[in-house]
Amino acid sequence: MARFSAFFMGLVFAIGLGLSGMTLPSKVIGFLDVTGDWDPALAFVMGGALMVNALAWRLTQPRGRAWFGGDLSLPRNKQVDARLLIGAALFGIGWGVGGICPGPALTSLVFLSPGMVIFVITMTVGMFVGNLLRPAVTAAVDLVGQTISG
Amino acid sequence: MAIPHDWWMALLGGGLIGLAAAGLMFFNGRIAGISGIWSGLWFERGDQSGRFSFIGGLLAGGVILRLVYTPAVPDLSQVSWWQMGLAGLLVGMGTRLGSGCTSGHGVCGLARFSVRSLAATLTFMATGFLTVFLIGRAAAWL
Repeated sequence: MARFSAFFMGLVFAIGLGLSGMTLPSKVIGFLDVTGDWDPALAFVMGGALMVNALAWRLTQPRGRAWFGGDLSLPRNKQVDARLLIGAALFGIGWGVGGICPGPALTSLVFLSPGMVIFVITMTVGMFVGNLLRPAVTAAVDLVGQTISG
Repeated sequence: MAIPHDWWMALLGGGLIGLAAAGLMFFNGRIAGISGIWSGLWFERGDQSGRFSFIGGLLAGGVILRLVYTPAVPDLSQVSWWQMGLAGLLVGMGTRLGSGCTSGHGVCGLARFSVRSLAATLTFMATGFLTVFLIGRAAAWL
């Protein structure tokens, strides 16, 4: 049942992405084009998702456990660090260049357009590199921090 | 003033995304962060059944969209492969260094009032806006 639940949630997630316009790179770039011909529609995607998910969290958090058993799997790290901001900045640049983020890209994989297949392949390679670089970036950031603070 | 149709669709689609993210946390105890799930599927060990099922659902959702809602299918025939390849590389590296993407930070983290996710979301929004601005400027010059 847990597997079926995960499958079903993935399916609903993809339908939501498709209905909202998130699978259309031109629409995403229109949303990011705040200084030009701005299309605000996609602000309502995050707005709608947050309303539902924030309400649901008030139900899930007090339970403290998943319906199908096990703890809620949550990040332990609470610190805003330089690696987080460097990564988010790179992600934003990529999002602006391609007009697509990971969820819509994977949903669109079945549309079989070559550009999207290339995106998913290079994204996966980028993830491999990003995973490898995590300790090095953290160490480099620490070193710079120590040097500055003397 | 009438609210444009695509704003309603964005709100409806967003509501479904929120419902799916809420359901994955409530029933499975997992964050619906797509970059983390996809990376984990390839580059982590352990029980993959949850990740595998969720990605299977995403792909099945794509098939349904292709069959019954073609406005969700973009025409990418004019898009440069180099541009998509570069975008993918940046998105892949950035989401791993930044521990999440639009879904993990923007939809799941913000709903839990995570300060890390707020910082990440503000950052990727800002660089996204800036990138589209700069590409627009560069295109106007050339």
